Amino acid sequence: MATGHTLKAFDDDLDRLRALISEMGGLAEHAIRESMRCLVQRDVEGAARIVENDKKLDMLEVETERRAVQLIALRAPMAGDLRDVVAALKISGVVERIGDYAKNIAKRVPLLENIGQIEPLSLLPEMARIATEMVHDILTAFVERDADAALRVMERDNAVDDFYDSIFRTLLTHMMENPQSIGQSAHLLFIAKNLERAGDHATNIAEMVYYAATGEHMTEAQTGKKP
Amino acid sequence: MPLTPDPAPSAAIAADARDNETTPANPTIAPDFSAALDEDAALEASLAPVDEPGRQPKMRAQDVDVFYGDKQALKSVSIDIHDDRVTAFIGPSGCGKSTFLRCLNRMNDTIPSARVDGHIELDGQDITDPRMDVVQLRARVGMVFQKPNPFPKSIYENVAYGPRIHGLASGKTEMDAIVEKSLKRAGLWEEVKDRLDESGTALSGGQQQRLCIARAIAVDPEVILMDEPCSALDPIATAKIEELIHELRGRYAIAIVTHNMQQAARVSQRTAFFHLGEMVEYGKTSEIFTNPRERRTQDYITGRYG
Repeated sequence: MATGHTLKAFDDDLDRLRALISEMGGLAEHAIRESMRCLVQRDVEGAARIVENDKKLDMLEVETERRAVQLIALRAPMAGDLRDVVAALKISGVVERIGDYAKNIAKRVPLLENIGQIEPLSLLPEMARIATEMVHDILTAFVERDADAALRVMERDNAVDDFYDSIFRTLLTHMMENPQSIGQSAHLLFIAKNLERAGDHATNIAEMVYYAATGEHMTEAQTGKKP
Repeated sequence: MPLTPDPAPSAAIAADARDNETTPANPTIAPDFSAALDEDAALEASLAPVDEPGRQPKMRAQDVDVFYGDKQALKSVSIDIHDDRVTAFIGPSGCGKSTFLRCLNRMNDTIPSARVDGHIELDGQDITDPRMDVVQLRARVGMVFQKPNPFPKSIYENVAYGPRIHGLASGKTEMDAIVEKSLKRAGLWEEVKDRLDESGTALSGGQQQRLCIARAIAVDPEVILMDEPCSALDPIATAKIEELIHELRGRYAIAIVTHNMQQAARVSQRTAFFHLGEMVEYGKTSEIFTNPRERRTQDYITGRYG
């Protein structure tokens, strides 16, 4: 909203809540990007750091919840403010979950240390790039209360889904041709799945952002859900 | 390493697994559950639809203008008040909400410089008609004020006064019954039943306000107007009045003016927002406070008016 509250401290509280969500988003994006780098460069130590750093995200989620509850109790937010606070509360849980996917990918890095240069390995970073961009853009949309930007993020989920289907088929072929690599291929499949989930969660956040900004829920056409 | 097992790879399962986690609860089932679980939704469902054919609002105000001398205090306000719900009027000081409330039982007649134009009906009858008996009108449309104003008489007499002047009781027994029923409905009976002879002014502020509500109820009104009934009360007395409003809802049409937006949110089913003499927005309370349509409403209820 353009104008500030008569009570300036109220604005400060809301800004701090938005800043927390931004910080969480930054950490989650970085974790996914790092997990891809570690996977491609076989960086087992880097992967261990990602797992360790995920605790920070968990802490920030708790902090977001604490601040949101406090804000509701002390400021009694209404209308758009209330929708924002509730959205922040829900989004923090989703972003924490996205961080968990990055952690899950990182945990697979040691198991794939000696994998050969197979095709999906080059597709995964590109898929991760789109998914992290979605996460980044949707959290920016939240901070700026931008419903149109939320709709644009929705549209990009198809690209992530297409990547997943493509990687799935490639890996299936690879497994049939190289039965000895089925274990490693399965890990790669889970990684693709994790990235696909991260993209899906970005669209979930998009629905929350849209509602917070407009007070309306997205129509079925806008969510792009198949009936 | 705790890696979860996945089903056998097949395109069908993969596609299925991709969808299952984001699909919300079956939308065709959800409304049934929410209606049963959500008290407000159930209450809303129990209210007769406003646009039902042939349904008359209890009170209907159309294009009401009020002038105090040269100054226009209300600009073309139109609101329907229905008898099965509580209607709250909110807005900053001087917005006209109390002025409007006072139009509904012609309390503005008592202000010499006030002039009211427009049409106000009670059950289809024009109450602005000069031939209207305002004493009768105010018996049908009772009022409770900001500051509790019991008569300097006994608790009993405070309640019995109205029924007596309107000739509603034909004897002591009947009057006793009216006093008891009114005090019970006002939630005051248990606290005062052993000291009905004591002065009404000796009660606490919250008790005095409930006595005033009992006094309003005693003449069996159809509408009760409340002008900031809790602003002089502590939170516990306020909660009792709010609970009382809940209990009286359905028996009387209730219109309440309040500066306390949380109170409007708690007690009413419909809210009207006034600003600078205009009625800016009127709608379901749940929508006014979560998703107001008008920018001015939004700025006011979120605390953005400087």
